[in-house]
Amino acid sequence: MTREKIFETLNEVFRDVFDDESIVVEEETTADDIEDWDSLEHINLVAAVEQELGVKFTMGQVVTMKNVGEMVDIILEQIGE
Amino acid sequence: MRELEYPFDSEAVLKNAKKLRRLLLAEKTSRIRKRVAVLGGSTTHDILRILELFLLNQGIEPEFYESEYGQYYEDAMFENKRLEAFQPEVIYIHTSSRNITSFPAPGADKASVDAMLENWFCRFQGMWEALRNRYGCPVIQNNFEPPFYRIMGNKESSDISGRIRFLTRLNERFYQYADTHDNFYIHDIHYMAASYGLERWADPFYWHMYKYCMCLQAIPEFACNLSHIIKAIFGKNKKAFVLDLDNTLWGGIVGDDGVENLEIGQETSMGQVFSEFQTYLKAHKELGVLLSVCSKNEEENALAGLAHPEGILRPEDFIKIKANWEPKSRNLAEIAQELNLLPESLVFVDDNPAEREIVRSQLPGTAVPDLKTPEQYIRILDRSGFFEVVSLSEDDRKRNEMYQANLLRERQQAHFADYGEYLTSLEMKGTIKAFEPVYMARIAQLTNKSNQFNLTTKRYTQSEIEQTAASPDYITLYGRLEDKFGDNGVVSVVIGNKREKQLHVDLWIMSCRVLKRDMEYAMMDQLVEECQSVGISTIIGYYYPTAKNRMVKDFYQLQGFRQVKGDQEGNTVWQFDIPENYQKKNRYIET
Repeated sequence: MTREKIFETLNEVFRDVFDDESIVVEEETTADDIEDWDSLEHINLVAAVEQELGVKFTMGQVVTMKNVGEMVDIILEQIGE
Repeated sequence: MRELEYPFDSEAVLKNAKKLRRLLLAEKTSRIRKRVAVLGGSTTHDILRILELFLLNQGIEPEFYESEYGQYYEDAMFENKRLEAFQPEVIYIHTSSRNITSFPAPGADKASVDAMLENWFCRFQGMWEALRNRYGCPVIQNNFEPPFYRIMGNKESSDISGRIRFLTRLNERFYQYADTHDNFYIHDIHYMAASYGLERWADPFYWHMYKYCMCLQAIPEFACNLSHIIKAIFGKNKKAFVLDLDNTLWGGIVGDDGVENLEIGQETSMGQVFSEFQTYLKAHKELGVLLSVCSKNEEENALAGLAHPEGILRPEDFIKIKANWEPKSRNLAEIAQELNLLPESLVFVDDNPAEREIVRSQLPGTAVPDLKTPEQYIRILDRSGFFEVVSLSEDDRKRNEMYQANLLRERQQAHFADYGEYLTSLEMKGTIKAFEPVYMARIAQLTNKSNQFNLTTKRYTQSEIEQTAASPDYITLYGRLEDKFGDNGVVSVVIGNKREKQLHVDLWIMSCRVLKRDMEYAMMDQLVEECQSVGISTIIGYYYPTAKNRMVKDFYQLQGFRQVKGDQEGNTVWQFDIPENYQKKNRYIET
């Protein structure tokens, strides 16, 4: 799966989780950029990403992820280019 | 909503929760509003979020109080202005084995283990008592799931110092408390964890990362299971199964294959599946769930199939058997009407997706579970929680007998020229008295279940009923009715608020199964007598229309009240000045 394809899938997941069709995520997107993305919604978001892309983050990864780009790095590592 | 009916897709529910909530709130169904306090021993955020969906889907719009993280004990035990102001109508205590922070050391002796067990139990018991005294509302308490690791291996379950043994014993103490206390319910997370799979359930990631006592993916099933207790407390259980026959109660088509070729009984594995299913359904009868048949068949064939020598269910187990070629939606509507139930009280069980679709579209309130293959029928019905038992009253157990007796009465009625003669022949005996402790559970249940013969549709919890009964400001009456065919149990309830010389009737309900039996007049006669004995001269009645209570629109007029107020919504107020020589209206019930 390409980086672009993963971003496309992530857009869909973010839109579902936040029930907002206008969301577009980019490399630098963080929780500060999306209104409803707080620490509690983060739990649900991570689980939805895992399910949609068939990956599993470790605790260490969830704790250190800084933006959507880093999330995509981890996904690519797990599923291969 | 299909997305929330078992078997649902948990991950889709979690992901789309916001959208589902928006859609549920946009539905034009009427819901009761309830204040639900959640006192958590671990994170509760997503539990509330998902629980809300399941409650909305079952006709309850919750307002939540959520304790600060892990503050369940402090919130319950100590003065709590926020919770007091919230006035909870049900309190749920979300604790788990993660909250048991001290366990016996491996090899500890029995005396020290017993002391520790007592310590933990007393902590919980103290909390329940504090809640009971302060809030007087139903309390739902989780039991404990097994811990996810076993220091001593298998011996954890049998050694007195083992953690699993310890939690098993603590659970047993909880159940003993539940045995002896009304308004206290156990939410069985021990079963939920086992059913889900403890290894996935207890994923330490979710505990250490977010302080959830179970994995996020288990929350929808968990919340669904919890919602069943809450909706049952507030009278939203289903009341009857309506069952298809061919390929639902047995394998094969009786009209084509013949009775002798049906798959039922111990001969084949498929036959065994259907036998187990029939056994499952028959057990519901003992709980007071009404069973009926709705099948596209010649009646003769349907009855022949039900008389199969290996069958578990018998024709006499059913209240109504509709075997004809009419649309099933019409048959279901008739069954509901004939049993004086609302279509939304029915659960329709049919293997044929086309039949299910018709019923779903024509009778939106009726539950229509998506059956898969026969070996899955039980699981799907069971996990749907249609008939969640919160209290087992004697009346529940007898309900099938009562309905059977009602059918006999109807048959008899046909033989009398005059309705009065028929009523006389019933030899009815009524007992009408102020609320008594043994009936509190049934009275509360009736206030929550009655929709049609209900003037104000005011709902009460059992503790509110108890408080009302104890208060000098109220006149309370329950009515029981017996006749020569059987005991109908408590069928009518009236609550009146005394204000100087007036009695304001807050609640007047009656079970529809005793309509047109003079019971409403017997209640009125007794109410007047009670009023006279305490010097009350005027009774004020209220009628608030709902989608379901049209049948009592003119009730007060029939009782001789005159209308004194009315508004555009159809709310009316009625007055009855008690004459000195009040003439009793009931003619057929001996009281």
